[in-house]
Amino acid sequence: MTGYVLRRLLLAIPTLLVMLTAIFVLVRLVPGDAASVILGDQATAASLQALRVKLGLDQPMHVQYLAFLGDVLTGNLGRSLSSGRSVVQEVAQVLPSTIELALASIAIGLAFGLPLGIAAAIKRNGWIDYVTRLISLLGLSFPAFVSGILMLIVFSIQLGWFPVLGGNSSNMAERLRGLALPALNLGIIMTAYVMRVTRAAMLNVLTEDYIRTARAKGVGPVQLVLQHALRNGLIPIITVVGLYFGTLIGNSVLTEIIFNRPGLGKLILGALNSRDYTLLQGLMIIFAICVIVVNTLTDLAYGLVDPRVKYQ
Amino acid sequence: MTAEVASPAIETRPGGLWLAFSKNKLSWVGLGLLAAIVLVAIFAPLLAPYDPLEQNIVSRLEPPSAEFWLGTDSYGRDVLSRLIYGARISLVVGFVAILIAMAIGATLGIVAGYIGGLFDQFVMGLLDVMLSFPTLLLGLMIAAMLGASLENLIIAIAVTEIAPFARVARAPTISLKQRDFVEASRSYGSGHLRIMGRHILPNMVSDVVVMSSLWMASAIRTEASLSFIGLGVPPPTPTWGSMIREGFENILDAWWLAVFPSLAILLTVLALNLLGDALRDAADPKSRES
Repeated sequence: MTGYVLRRLLLAIPTLLVMLTAIFVLVRLVPGDAASVILGDQATAASLQALRVKLGLDQPMHVQYLAFLGDVLTGNLGRSLSSGRSVVQEVAQVLPSTIELALASIAIGLAFGLPLGIAAAIKRNGWIDYVTRLISLLGLSFPAFVSGILMLIVFSIQLGWFPVLGGNSSNMAERLRGLALPALNLGIIMTAYVMRVTRAAMLNVLTEDYIRTARAKGVGPVQLVLQHALRNGLIPIITVVGLYFGTLIGNSVLTEIIFNRPGLGKLILGALNSRDYTLLQGLMIIFAICVIVVNTLTDLAYGLVDPRVKYQ
Repeated sequence: MTAEVASPAIETRPGGLWLAFSKNKLSWVGLGLLAAIVLVAIFAPLLAPYDPLEQNIVSRLEPPSAEFWLGTDSYGRDVLSRLIYGARISLVVGFVAILIAMAIGATLGIVAGYIGGLFDQFVMGLLDVMLSFPTLLLGLMIAAMLGASLENLIIAIAVTEIAPFARVARAPTISLKQRDFVEASRSYGSGHLRIMGRHILPNMVSDVVVMSSLWMASAIRTEASLSFIGLGVPPPTPTWGSMIREGFENILDAWWLAVFPSLAILLTVLALNLLGDALRDAADPKSRES
């Protein structure tokens, strides 16, 4: 297992390097340069030049690149141009709230998606199969902000069941009430993904010989599904949860804006509106690192679920 | 070399594809919906009851009525007319972005699959990294860096969709390049470019086109999301995403502003997804079974 973990961790390094390089290039593609974006059209040549020197933009490209990599590797992502605080601090302040939302929606997705997907596979072409297919089609069609707005209108404004403004209340019950709609909004999309892949994975596994053998041996239906079939169908399900994590973070940006929750989403929007260029670059780097960490964890989870993976 | 190499391209002859496609009722629902939306976009000037840009202070934020079927916005503009014109932006952005992504992605996929080796590993590794980055965030970053305009929006969305096209184009290329007819063409003296263009490309066009409907749905979703954030086509041009944004700002007293464009996006994406699912099932009977 240790060898497998080490190999996976080593594989993450080139991926990280490619992502950092892409971000470096992307940021330098800005029309004009960072200094003119920051200072705007009215800036004098002298102040532009001063800022360029300060940001290191007067250095040759390869020096800038190495300095950029060095900064990232030492955890120095620069300071937000609008608040003056370090990017790491800004992110650390709102990250828990985004993670809370992401975990809640993954929990909803698994809680509904797994049983519905299993039921759809067992009773294939029955009514439950059609209902789950309809749910997954809708779940995959709704852009996150569209479903979010419709939920806000119906449940918060018309029915008044949930607060219009979520946010960080210290009261646990209030906090959960604020979390409910945004988590449900992302959870429905997650449910659609999990349901779809669970159904397909179970259909694949249920026709295997060892399932027939287990059934012939008199294994009960519940044990058969949970212990024999589901465990072997878990790999594609874990893949989807892992892959969807990136999309989830992307969708949470819009969901946070709509439900007015603090988090990475509002941070990005603020950075966009105030042209806070270092904060944007820092956020991109943090997203890239998150995506790589989750991908690596997903791969490691394969090894735990299916011992065969480790020896490949 | 074996005489017969199994290839996914064999089963996707146009005739069989059409037969399988036309038997599926849902595919007709998707096709009908999409055709209706396309017609609305084309004939927008004839269908729209009012000028989508005409402001009218007297009739601000009016709820749906006989005069304004879907109500008016905070500038007194007719929501229905703006919705009808908004279809143009969504469809054009989705279509052009997918065409660009298809051209670049398919070329990359074919060349990578054909050349193989280190080049293939490098390109696909790069695309995997792109694929693992959230579509919306990637589009958001690119659009933010380039600035808000129609062209930049299309570029940003096209970039996010390149990787999946490359993947779909690469897989059949690898099996096609070992087929006998490619070998035969090579023995006649065909160059690499000719083999890729004349023999490999036509045999995998259907695989790529089948997926394009699903990815156009994703492109339209991204367009709406970016417009909602304010990175789309600048106002006053009506787009569904920016209409929803305006509705969101007036959400407490004018529900119709957000609801109708939301439904328009939902219907369009749903139509493309239905069509795409049906096309994929028709092209690949295995995915229908599972």
